Amino acid sequence: MGIEPGRLHFSWISSAEATKFVDVVTQVTDAVRALGPHENFVKHMPKVA
Amino acid sequence: MVGYIDKIKEISERLLKEGTVEMVIGFQKGTLPMMNTPCFAKTPEDVGNFVWDSHCGINLANYLTDRKEKIGVIAKGCDSRSIVTHITENKIKREQIFVIGAPCKGMMDRHKIASLFETEIRSVAENDGKLIVTAGDGEKTLEKADLLQKNCAVCAHRNPVIHDELAADPVEDQKDVDRYADVREIETMPPAEKWDYFDDLFSACIRCYACRNACPLCYCPTCFVDESQPQWVGKSTDPIDTKTFHFLRAYHCAGRCTDCGSCERACPMGINMRMLTKKLEKDCIDAFGWEPGLDLNQRPPLDTYKMDDPEDFIK
Repeated sequence: MGIEPGRLHFSWISSAEATKFVDVVTQVTDAVRALGPHENFVKHMPKVA
Repeated sequence: MVGYIDKIKEISERLLKEGTVEMVIGFQKGTLPMMNTPCFAKTPEDVGNFVWDSHCGINLANYLTDRKEKIGVIAKGCDSRSIVTHITENKIKREQIFVIGAPCKGMMDRHKIASLFETEIRSVAENDGKLIVTAGDGEKTLEKADLLQKNCAVCAHRNPVIHDELAADPVEDQKDVDRYADVREIETMPPAEKWDYFDDLFSACIRCYACRNACPLCYCPTCFVDESQPQWVGKSTDPIDTKTFHFLRAYHCAGRCTDCGSCERACPMGINMRMLTKKLEKDCIDAFGWEPGLDLNQRPPLDTYKMDDPEDFIK
C-alpha cells in the first residue's frame, strides 16, 4: 500500500532476551532513520484561516 | 438463471408450511432497477414476493449473524462460502440453517451498466444471456457476459459449497481464470507509485460505510470506526482517515473474504476496494494454501499454528 519495505520489521523476542531486544531495536531505528521521514501516511490538521 | 425462481419459491413455501424454518431469506424487487433487496419471508404467502435474476448480488449471509431461529437462506457460491465462514466463527449453527443452493453464472455490474447511459435507467429485463435496458435516452440490448461484476468475471466457485437442496443443477465452474492479474500488477509498482495508486483509488470515498454494512464479515457489534473512546481513526473524509478505514477493514477480512463483491456493489461511488481484499486473499493462498469458506471442518489460517508456517519476514 505504499510503505517502503525497510520501514516495517517483525521479530520474535522473548521477555528474557534483553540483548536481542536491544540489538533489534537498534537495527530497526537505524534502518528507518536511513530511509528518512515518512511523509505519506501522516495526517495534517486542516489549516484554519 | 431466471428459471430458478419457481423452484426457489416451491422449496421456500414447503419449508415454511412444514415449519422446518421460521423464515426464508431471499430477494425481492428493489425500488430501483438492478437493485434487488433482501426479502424475509415468514409466511408461505410472503414467498410470492421472491425474485431471482442477475441482480441478486447482495450476500445474504450478512443477515444470519447471531440469529437464534431456524432460517432458510438462498445461497450462491460466494454466499455459501460466507455461510461456512459464519459457522466456523460461531455466528450461527449449521443445524439452524437450511441452505437453498443457487448455482450462479455471475451477477451484473450495476455501475458498469449505468455508465453506458446518459440518463437514469428505468427498467432492465433479461432474456437468454441478454439484458434489455431501458433508459431515458433509449433502449439497448446488451450481452450479459460483458457486464459481469468484476468479482464474478474471475469467480472460481460458482456452485454452493454447502446446500440442503439445490434450486437448479450445478453450473460448470470457470476454468483457467486468472484471478490476480490486477493484484500482481500493483505488486510490481515501487512504493511511491503504490501510494499514489491507493490515494487515487480512495479519493472518491465519502465514508458512508456502505461497503462495511454490505459485508457479511463486518459483523462486529461496534466497528472500530464508530468507536469514540478511544477514537482509533478520524471520522472525516480526510484522505489519511479514509485510507486508514479501508486498509484496516481489509485486514479484518484477511483469510475470511470470499470475494463476493458486496462491498464494491454497495459503493455509491464505484470504488474498487476489492483490490485490498484480493491482495490479502492471494497472500493467504500463497502463504497458507488457504481459500476461505470451502470446508466446515477446517480451521482458518489465522487461528492455527503449523511448524512449517513460512516466517521469512520475522527476524
